[in-house]
Amino acid sequence: MDWDFIGKTFWRLMAALPLTLEVWLFSVVLGGLIAAGVVWMRVSGSKPLAVLARGYVAIFRGTPLLIQLFLVYYGLASIPAVRHSLFWPILREPFYCGVLALGLCTAGYQSEIFRGALLAVPHGAIEAAKACGMSGLTMFRRIIFPIALRHALPAYSTEMISMVKATALVSLITLWDVMSVALKIRNDTLVTYLPLILAGAIYFTVNYILGAAFLSLERRLSPHLRARPS
Amino acid sequence: MPDATPALTVKGMHKRFGALEVLKGISLTANDGDVISILGSSGSGKSTFLRCINLLETPDQGDVTVAGELIKMKRKPDGTAEPADRRQVDRIRSELGMVFQGFNLWSHLTVLENLIEAPVHVQKRPRAECVDEAKALLAKVGIGDKHSYYPAHLSGGQQQRAAIARALAMRPKVMLFDEPTSALDPELVGEVLRVMRALADEGRTMLVVTHEMGFARDVSSRVMFLHKGQVEAEGEPEALFSGATSERFRQFISKERG
Ligand SMILES: Nc1ncnc2c1ncn2[C@@H]1O[C@H](COP(=O)(O)OP(=O)(O)OP(=O)(O)O)[C@@H](O)[C@H]1O
Ligand SMILES: [Mg+2]
Repeated sequence: MDWDFIGKTFWRLMAALPLTLEVWLFSVVLGGLIAAGVVWMRVSGSKPLAVLARGYVAIFRGTPLLIQLFLVYYGLASIPAVRHSLFWPILREPFYCGVLALGLCTAGYQSEIFRGALLAVPHGAIEAAKACGMSGLTMFRRIIFPIALRHALPAYSTEMISMVKATALVSLITLWDVMSVALKIRNDTLVTYLPLILAGAIYFTVNYILGAAFLSLERRLSPHLRARPS
Repeated sequence: MPDATPALTVKGMHKRFGALEVLKGISLTANDGDVISILGSSGSGKSTFLRCINLLETPDQGDVTVAGELIKMKRKPDGTAEPADRRQVDRIRSELGMVFQGFNLWSHLTVLENLIEAPVHVQKRPRAECVDEAKALLAKVGIGDKHSYYPAHLSGGQQQRAAIARALAMRPKVMLFDEPTSALDPELVGEVLRVMRALADEGRTMLVVTHEMGFARDVSSRVMFLHKGQVEAEGEPEALFSGATSERFRQFISKERG
């Protein structure tokens, strides 16, 4: 075993981790905001908005993320209107293209998680809130959102973990994330597996920590699902 | 002498669901301290009537007045009724404490948090005062030691008593009960009825939809018998239960007794 090589490779990969985490964080936040809008359209009671929202989810869940990524990265740049628009300075950057593509995609999944969580809020809890004279906003803030959040967490943590792995695709649009550094080392040194195994271990560790954090949040928010106090 | 202003009046209430006319002009006056039991067979419109009072359902026609304040309604262009002022509805709802068949406690909050939720966030009363009052109410309904429990950790009877305490925490002018014991195991019915009887004894104004004939006969000051969306018989329990007033009511109670 060449410990020196292993150590060097590891630290080169670790140096790329911040970029991976940034792409992840920006895209899940962007995706969360879009998802909130999509859910709102879905439950607004307006038929055209609901159809639009359903179409959005169908498209972004139904097509490969890689295609979405290439369409955003190469496709948008080929449209003159985009190149001359206000957004070009942003859309020119591979980083923001990656964030946009990943964000649009996770929004489709997140909106379905939010919608399911909202549907799972018991009707009786809402009626009780109304009967107490809560206004729509108070009811959403104090009753619907807290209950829905608890329903959403397990599926939401899975989506967050999927997204960490999905960031590896940005290695294909010239970003130096963990994955692309691993591929580069592999090419340069012709060491076939080690860089991949180390990169895999880094993704695994990040996701392990993320999963544990969500689990502890879930536990903290749901003492009512645990055994009764003695 | 009763207060000049009744706690609650309902005049000529109508409600239909599609082709089904559920309430066909029901009126009722509850003075302070009245305990009115609302009886009737399944589907006669009891729940709908109660839910139209606090606008969980929107009545098509009819006036609801709580402590002298009329709930203002208006007509949409398509002719259906809707509340004219949402804020007024919210305020009046906070003056009508409702107890549901299925308890409907908020599962993510402890019993104490359930009780102070609306007083703090709807009525904007000081939290410390609400907590003290809530603890006193929980003691009164016999679950003072359970304030830090979550609803899921209580028996059905305890949950319903917590729900009654939650309604009381709003200091309501009238309490509305919709079959509060129907979802309970038979051995738990008694503890809830005892609490309700205590409330009646301290002079609370209550409307109680129930199938508990004993409660209707012994505790209520008046009984209203609904049949197919109309008031078939109404009066003091002694008179009604003697069977002289209404043949239908006589059949109904003999069936309820089984
Ligand atoms: N939201 C609704 N939409 C359509 N029909 C309804 C609705 N709510 C009630 N109904 C119908 O109205 C009628 C009266 O219902 P309601 O619940 O008021 O009866 P009830 O007297 O409370 O009966 P129960 O003793 O079974 O609770 C029933 O035929 C019921 O199916
Ligand atoms: Mg009913």
